[in-house]
Amino acid sequence: MAEDIKMLKVTIDNITVDVPQGTTILQAARMIGGDVAPPAMCYYSKLKGSGGKCRTCLVEVNKGSEADPRPMPKLVASCRTGVMDGMEVKNITSDRVVDARNGVVEFLLLNHPLDCPVCDQAGECHLQDLSYNHGKEGTRYEFSRRTFEKHDLGPYIQLHMTRCILCYRCVYVADQLTEKRVHGILSRGDHSEIATHIEKSLDNDFIGNVIDVCPVGALTDKTFRFKNRVWFTKPVDAHRECTTCKGHVTLWQRGDEVLRVTARKDQWGEVEDWICNTCRFDKKKTSDWVIEGPTKVDRHSVISQGHYTGLKKPEEIFKAVHAGRDPKLLMDIHSVSEVNRPGIALSELPGPATSETFNVDKKS
Amino acid sequence: MGRKLLLEKIDVPGIRGYDVYRSNGGYDAVEKALKMSPDEVVEEVKKSGLRGRGGAGFPTGLKWSFLAKPAGVPRYLVCNADESEPGTFKDRYLMEFIPHLLIEGLIASSWALGCNHTYIYIRGEYAWIVEILENAIAEATAHGWLGTNIKGTGFDCRIHVQRGAGAYICGEETALIESLEGKRGNPRIKPPFPAVKGLWDCPTVVNNVETLAAIVPILNIGGEEFSKIGVGKSTGTKLISACGNIKRPGVYEIDMTITVEEFIYGEQYCGGIPNGKRLKACIPGGSSVPILPANLLLKTAKGETRMMTYEGLSDGGFATGSMMGSGGFIVLDEDQCVVRHTLTLARFYRHESCGQCSPCREGTGWMEKILHNIEHGKGKLSDIDLLWDIQRKIEGNTICPLGDAAAWPVAAAIRHFRDEFEWHVLHPEESQRRNYGLAHYADAREVTM
Repeated sequence: MAEDIKMLKVTIDNITVDVPQGTTILQAARMIGGDVAPPAMCYYSKLKGSGGKCRTCLVEVNKGSEADPRPMPKLVASCRTGVMDGMEVKNITSDRVVDARNGVVEFLLLNHPLDCPVCDQAGECHLQDLSYNHGKEGTRYEFSRRTFEKHDLGPYIQLHMTRCILCYRCVYVADQLTEKRVHGILSRGDHSEIATHIEKSLDNDFIGNVIDVCPVGALTDKTFRFKNRVWFTKPVDAHRECTTCKGHVTLWQRGDEVLRVTARKDQWGEVEDWICNTCRFDKKKTSDWVIEGPTKVDRHSVISQGHYTGLKKPEEIFKAVHAGRDPKLLMDIHSVSEVNRPGIALSELPGPATSETFNVDKKS
Repeated sequence: MGRKLLLEKIDVPGIRGYDVYRSNGGYDAVEKALKMSPDEVVEEVKKSGLRGRGGAGFPTGLKWSFLAKPAGVPRYLVCNADESEPGTFKDRYLMEFIPHLLIEGLIASSWALGCNHTYIYIRGEYAWIVEILENAIAEATAHGWLGTNIKGTGFDCRIHVQRGAGAYICGEETALIESLEGKRGNPRIKPPFPAVKGLWDCPTVVNNVETLAAIVPILNIGGEEFSKIGVGKSTGTKLISACGNIKRPGVYEIDMTITVEEFIYGEQYCGGIPNGKRLKACIPGGSSVPILPANLLLKTAKGETRMMTYEGLSDGGFATGSMMGSGGFIVLDEDQCVVRHTLTLARFYRHESCGQCSPCREGTGWMEKILHNIEHGKGKLSDIDLLWDIQRKIEGNTICPLGDAAAWPVAAAIRHFRDEFEWHVLHPEESQRRNYGLAHYADAREVTM
């Protein structure tokens, strides 16, 4: 089967990678890893049709393909653009992309309440990561932000629409994982909102997954709300025999107490296996689970504080991205300093050091 | 007066009905088309050089030739009658007064593209036109132009009229298709283009009302003859819906050989500016296209006379030019405030943004709020640069052209009328009482009244 798939060559930020046909630019960039992978707020590889909305993954295509080398006039959404053979893409090496992404981050934060201190998502929030990495400090927005009432969606999920960035991921989950479409978007434009029309109607076995896919703190687990900050909890992989789902989860513990249960997430923050509501909301005792060991967290530095095992350092790609150039960013200050010369050990001086101490050449 | 093709018979009494329409040469084009092979009809349209009349001006023949034709998969033709661009009302006029022209064009086009089901997606507000169109379809069906085995050719075609719910975004072709499928009218991410995967994932062509109506004269006079009308790549005639500060607002058919000056001041067209006022600015192609001050409107930056053609209006790019767009010609006289005007447009785009992608959803609202402040005397000078930066970050970064359409009017207003914005900021109280008045960009023509 592997022989049938055509391999395509794509160059992203001067790094060339071979990918099978049908791969998107974003997936190809994730194969390279590190900073080359564009951020994605709405794209979710496990949800069909997701992506293209948040515009954070915009990249510049400066060579369309080997057959048609013309550059694409506009920046394209890398999550929804397929790779062509010989394509050349610029992500972090393009000023246009950096500028546009900056703008997108500003737009996304425009109506976001920035209530991270009281938000349960803080510490594992993709929007936080995005704004640290690609945003500017401060905002130029001087108007009041849109606000919504909090809504309970069923007994376990709370929707705080004010924080929502309208990525539509939860809509796709409700649409594709559950049998009935109970969850969608009302209104349009900047007053559109995620809603169910009928409150408390999300009663499907798998609806809890909307919490995991939410990149911000708009959909939160009511069994965990305000119990703890995520960076104080300790994630451990665990499993149990479950008749509804695979039962592979991450437990977030403090001491011996299981504070919450989520699905296991990969390095891009995407769920590996969907879990059912019973596993997520009802099994809150350590005795319910078989503990496998600490979860490897390498995406959120805040969560991985204090969990040194299994830590994976990000790949160093600076040299590759800049076409082999490896500039020395830090110089040895001793070699150029007139004052603090090497060869003079300050601790061995009899008294305090003065400029005279260092004027060895002039003295002799 | 130039040649008329679409509105030639519009003044014939009773032309709305089938019998009068037929006796005035109606349905001759379909008769002709059915005798040709579908490919020959497409070839004829290609020869005519007809460009899409909905706004983008893409060559129709080329668009038709992109239509994928896999075996066993139905193809669809969709007529975009969701005319909601502010300033544009040409399709309404056409459908209201000579509906059979559209039906005839649709049948001929369906034959050419091999579509058995053809849809007219009409704007929700055009409720009374739905009835007119449905009557016309019923009449055409009764006379054998629609239905099964049309005129013994073995070709089946049905036309369905679908009302939208009045959203501007549903004029975007992929949003229109979504809406037609009964979903929320959010534009799809392209590619795949509708020509490959459109309505119900089948190959689809979406054309404007005027484009499809223009198929009739193309078949009647021949593509060759049609391409001789007009200048350069702007062939045939174009409907212009003129409004604003002109003596004779309305829908005009021009053959794209006249100048902008002649169109505004000519007696058979707009008839000049009323009340002895002078021309200040104009949006030549519907609210999305850049506004042009009078000095750049009548003459291009190179000093040539600007023509009412696709190339003429876009001469100079966006720096000193504009676009033909959908043909919604909005004229502003010296009493009009550009800041208020831009605010009105920004409010419109904010209201109509579907909210799917972030630059457009958040950016349009932000621009409206800033413009509201400037207009109401609460603006700052830095707001003007901020507006410029916002529009720059929306343009080109969105899923569909609505983001561009929202950004261009603001960009052009600041580019050409920056002094007026600054005056608004610097004279907050005075700007509430009076308008900026005539600036250097006003038309130098002497007042003739």
